[in-house]
Amino acid sequence: MNRKLCAALFLLSLLGLLAGCSKKENTNEEQSTSPSSEMKPAATSTPIDPATAASVSGTVTFGGAAPKAQKIDMSQDAACKGNNMAETIVANDGKLANVFVYVKDGLGDRTFDVPKDSATIDQKGCQYHPHVLGVMAGQNIEIRNDDETTHNIHPTPKDNREWNESQPPKAAAIEKNFAREEIMLPVKCNQHPWMKMYVNVVKSPFYAVTGADGKYEIKGLPPGDYTLAFVQEKLGEQDQKVTLAAKDSKTVDQGFKP
Amino acid sequence: MPSRQPARRRRYANFEEPILKAVSLPYNRAHHRFAVFTAGVTFLLIIAGALVTSNDAGLSVPDWPTSFGSLYKIPHLVGGVRFEHTHRMIAQFVGFLTIILAVWTWRSDRRRWMKYLGITALGLVIAQGVLGGLTVLFYLPPAISSAHAALAQTFFCVAVLIAIFTGRRWVEEVPEVDLDQQRPSLFTLTLLSIFVLYVQLILGAMFRHHGLSWWPHVVNSGTVAVVLSWTAIRALSQYSRIDAVRRPAITMLSLLIAQLCLGFVAFLTRVAWGHDAVQPELPMVISTVAHVAVGALLLATTVVLAAQVWRHVPIPFAERVPSREGKPVAA
Repeated sequence: MNRKLCAALFLLSLLGLLAGCSKKENTNEEQSTSPSSEMKPAATSTPIDPATAASVSGTVTFGGAAPKAQKIDMSQDAACKGNNMAETIVANDGKLANVFVYVKDGLGDRTFDVPKDSATIDQKGCQYHPHVLGVMAGQNIEIRNDDETTHNIHPTPKDNREWNESQPPKAAAIEKNFAREEIMLPVKCNQHPWMKMYVNVVKSPFYAVTGADGKYEIKGLPPGDYTLAFVQEKLGEQDQKVTLAAKDSKTVDQGFKP
Repeated sequence: MPSRQPARRRRYANFEEPILKAVSLPYNRAHHRFAVFTAGVTFLLIIAGALVTSNDAGLSVPDWPTSFGSLYKIPHLVGGVRFEHTHRMIAQFVGFLTIILAVWTWRSDRRRWMKYLGITALGLVIAQGVLGGLTVLFYLPPAISSAHAALAQTFFCVAVLIAIFTGRRWVEEVPEVDLDQQRPSLFTLTLLSIFVLYVQLILGAMFRHHGLSWWPHVVNSGTVAVVLSWTAIRALSQYSRIDAVRRPAITMLSLLIAQLCLGFVAFLTRVAWGHDAVQPELPMVISTVAHVAVGALLLATTVVLAAQVWRHVPIPFAERVPSREGKPVAA
C-alpha cells in the first residue's frame, strides 16, 4: 500500500509539471498565430479626397468613483523627482485620459504613407511622457532622457521585436520603430520598475489619445462605415460602429465602467 | 500495512570483514571550512538572485558578460542596477570560490568521487553563469530564467554536500548503521521528497518568471507537504536515535512548516493584494525572497537527509543486488 501511495504521489507531481508545461506551449501558439503579426508588403498610399473628408470626435468618460491614484515610491533613486502618482487610470471629473482611440475596421485595403515626423517619448521625472502613444507601423520614435539618471527602455511586445537599451543622462536620443500593428505594447524601465507606458502601433493615421479632459478627435476620414475602438490599459477595449457621410462631423462618446 | 520487522542494528566496526573498504582519510579543517564558506556565500547569492526577480530588475543591466560595456567597472548602484549588479558580483565571487574548491578537492581529497563532485560543482557554476547570461540576452524567457533558478539551488545542494562530506563527522566517525527493512525504504522516500521539491521549485520558478499560472505551484504544495511529512515522520519514528538522521529530519519538518506559511504570505502579497501594484512593494519583496531562501534551505536539508540515510540507514545489501533469477542473493 505504501509503495502504491508513493507511486501515486510521484505521478501526481509529474502531472503537475506536465500540466504547467503544456499551458505554456499553448500560450506560445496563441502568440505566434496572431493575425496582426503578419506584415504586408509596402504599397503606395490610397489618396483621400479632402473635399469629402469627415471627422469624428467625442469624450470618453469613466462611470462611478475614480479609483485613487497610487503613489509611487521613488526613494530608490535620488535623481527621480517629479509627479509621483501612477497613471494607470487618470479620471478628472469623470473624464478619462490616456484612452487610445483608433479606426479598427472599415478602411478596407487602403494604405497610408508613414509620417516622416518622429513621435517622441520623453523620460522626465522618472516617468514617461506621454503615458500612451500612438504611431503608425514603421514610424520613427525618438526616445529622450531628460533625467539625471540612467534609464533603460525595454518594450515587451507580442508581435514586434523585443529590445532593451540603456540610456545615460544627456545621451543622444534613441531612434526606433515598430514594424507590425500592435495595440497597448508595454514599454518599461527595469531600473525604475514603476516606469511604464504603452505604444500603440497602427496601420492608418486615424487614431487619437484622449487628453486630461477625456476628449479626442480624428480628422480626414473618407466617408464610410467604421468600427472605432477605445482601448484603456486597465479597463480594456470597447468598440462602437459609426457611419460617416462626406464632410460629416460626428460625435461618438464612450463610457468605461470600473 | 506490512508488519514492522525489528531492525538489525550493527556497527561496521563489529564486522569481521567490512563490506566496503573505506579510504583512510585525514580530516582537513581548512578544506571543510572553505567548503562551508562557499556554501554560505552561495546561499547569499540565491537571496541576491531572488531580490533581482522580486524587484523586476533582471534587465536593468542590459548587456552580458559586461555590465554597461565594462567587465570591471562598478556602475552607479541605483534603482534596479543595485540588485542586478550586486547579484553579478556575488556570482563572480562564488565562481572564484568554486574554482578554488574544485582544485583543492582534486588535490587534497583522496576519495575519487569527491574529486568528481568538486568538478561537478565547477561545471554547474559555469553552466549557471551561462544561463544567467542567456536569460539577460534573450530578455528573460521563462524557460531559461526558471532553469537558472533551478540550477542555482542544485549548485547550492552540491556545495552543501561538499561541506558535509568534508566535515569531521563524515570523515572520521564510524557511522552507526541501522538496516532499513520497511518498504518503501526511507532512502526511497528521501529521493521522492527531492523529486517533488524539484517539481515544486520548477513550478514556482515558472510562476515567478511569468511562464505559468500560480495554481500548479499551489496545488503541488499539497503533494510536497504529504511526501516530506511522511519522510520526516518515518525518519523520526524509527531512526531518531541516529543523530545524523534525526537532525536533518527535524530541520526539514521545521523548514517545511515555515515554507508553507511563507508561501501563503507570498501568495497574499503578490497574487491577492499585489497584482495591481505599480511597483514591487516591500511586503511582496520580503515574503517572496524569504520563500525562495527557505525553499533553497529545505531542498538542501532534504538532500543532506538523503545522504545521511544512505549512509546510516541502508537497504540490506541482499535486497539491493538481485540474483539472475530475480531472487535476492546473500551478501
